[in-house]
Amino acid sequence: MAASETVVNDWDARANDADDMDEMVLNMGPQHPATHGVLRVELRTDGEIVKAARPHIGYLHRCFEKHCENVDYPGVMPYADRMDYCAAMGNTLGFALTVEKLCGIQVSPYVDTVRVVMAELQRIASHAVAVGTYTMDIGAFTPFLHLLRDREKILDLFEWTCGARLLYNYNWVGGVSHDLPDGFIRATRDLLREFDAVTYPELLDLIIHNRIFVKRLAHVGVCSPELAISHDLTGPNLRGSGVARDLRKDTPYCGYETYDFEVCVGQGQYGPKGSCFDRNWVRVVEMRESSRILHQALDRLEKMEKADVHEKVPKRVKPPKGEVYFRTEAPRGQLGYYLVSDGNINPYRVKVKSPCFTAMSAFHHLAKGMMIADIIALIGSLDIVLGEIDR
Amino acid sequence: MDPRAIHETLVAKFGDTITGAFLEGPSPFAVVAKDAIAEVAAFCKASPDLAFDNLMCLSGVDYPKETPPRMEVVYHLYSYTHLHTFALKVHVPREGPAVPTVEGTWGVANWHERECWDLFGIVFTGHSDMRRILLPDDWEGHPLRRDWQDPEYYNGLHVKPTVQMAERALAGEVIGVGPFDFTPANRHVDE
Repeated sequence: MAASETVVNDWDARANDADDMDEMVLNMGPQHPATHGVLRVELRTDGEIVKAARPHIGYLHRCFEKHCENVDYPGVMPYADRMDYCAAMGNTLGFALTVEKLCGIQVSPYVDTVRVVMAELQRIASHAVAVGTYTMDIGAFTPFLHLLRDREKILDLFEWTCGARLLYNYNWVGGVSHDLPDGFIRATRDLLREFDAVTYPELLDLIIHNRIFVKRLAHVGVCSPELAISHDLTGPNLRGSGVARDLRKDTPYCGYETYDFEVCVGQGQYGPKGSCFDRNWVRVVEMRESSRILHQALDRLEKMEKADVHEKVPKRVKPPKGEVYFRTEAPRGQLGYYLVSDGNINPYRVKVKSPCFTAMSAFHHLAKGMMIADIIALIGSLDIVLGEIDR
Repeated sequence: MDPRAIHETLVAKFGDTITGAFLEGPSPFAVVAKDAIAEVAAFCKASPDLAFDNLMCLSGVDYPKETPPRMEVVYHLYSYTHLHTFALKVHVPREGPAVPTVEGTWGVANWHERECWDLFGIVFTGHSDMRRILLPDDWEGHPLRRDWQDPEYYNGLHVKPTVQMAERALAGEVIGVGPFDFTPANRHVDE
């Protein structure tokens, strides 16, 4: 059997192609406002058509993995927050669960439910930023302001709970840092009621079913399911291509198997499945599903007796020798941690599989043959956060 | 399939090239001889029983204290068809480490392998685009190796504060922002 097919490097192959005398190399970024951070993309263009693309990352590299080797396990949490700064709750939840799995810590159902509430609120907030900035990328300013206004209310809830608005250090190994304050459930209910009745329908009217939005995106950046799986696109990017896979259903954690919600998949209503439109549509519908999960979780919290959220927090986190790979469904896709412990208080090795990093690795395939203006639409639809790509 | 069955399938197909396995615990793995990894990877994806169509993660790990000292490349596989996971490991020597690439099997390996080369110095033979990815192109060395020492200079800038800076700071002088002041020594003024 052939070991594997040979992969051709488009970029270098085209450099030696004598027929392409009209090509121009166009540099985009790293300070381009639509690259969502500091991303630089080199484009080989022929007129307005992109013949090959080459992304350059690493401008935001902060040696997360090296830092982890030099601090203890609770000390990793603030660094993990700073990877995907739009969805910090998801990052720390993943790391906390990874360490708990290696230590064999089982947290109480109350803590699990609190974590689910936080993770889903964060998912709504994160998707609001994703869709909001996306509309701004492609030229609509108002939805961005509306969505940031709504996200602000979720950040207020986070601030009320743990004091921080962006980087929370909320999920700890074995628990969470603060219990929910009195009145939190009611305030969250009010927020969700507003979300269901006003924000979500408005979002659909203003953006998703907007004729301009649909026409602009329904045929742009089409990603086949095979390419998505081979390049490890996950989360809304994978589901946008029509693959109904969600870790909250497939390998549940935090008791997600007990919640009733649907896995949203791109339908291709207006064009081929897997387009930029589908990826955004999935994000918006996922916000509604998150709201459903939140309603159920709040129902449970109301009936549940409060438990000590620090009950299982170990005095010294010292996992046994061994290794574990654990994934969670973060707002941007599957966030994986590979953790190797040598029985010390510091991790021996932490590797983060960032969903944005793998999504970006498919970029040169998707960008080939596109118009230059569509590159902006493509980058935004993958919903990358450079802090997580570069770590 | 459970990890034991996956391991048995691999042993039945490849025999001695599967040199070891650890099937207990939360993440079971098999060790593969390094020259065979590309064939094993292609088989893992193509075999309908295994159907590992997704490479979840590819990581390097450095073990300088093992005998003999070694580095590992760890491939975490996932099957969207059967929803099972498994891991393959390859042992490479710390001097002149090289592993065949698997980017022909899983597209995402292209970037993961570049990262592994960037941070560990493991060369992936046959890779189409072996460049640094996270660190600058002119960076020297591979920082995630356990014996890494920070260089004194990078592009003419002090990476660490100099002794002179430390002395001036200890004498009470405010230099930049304390220990984070990375400005190069001003030779003109010092001399």
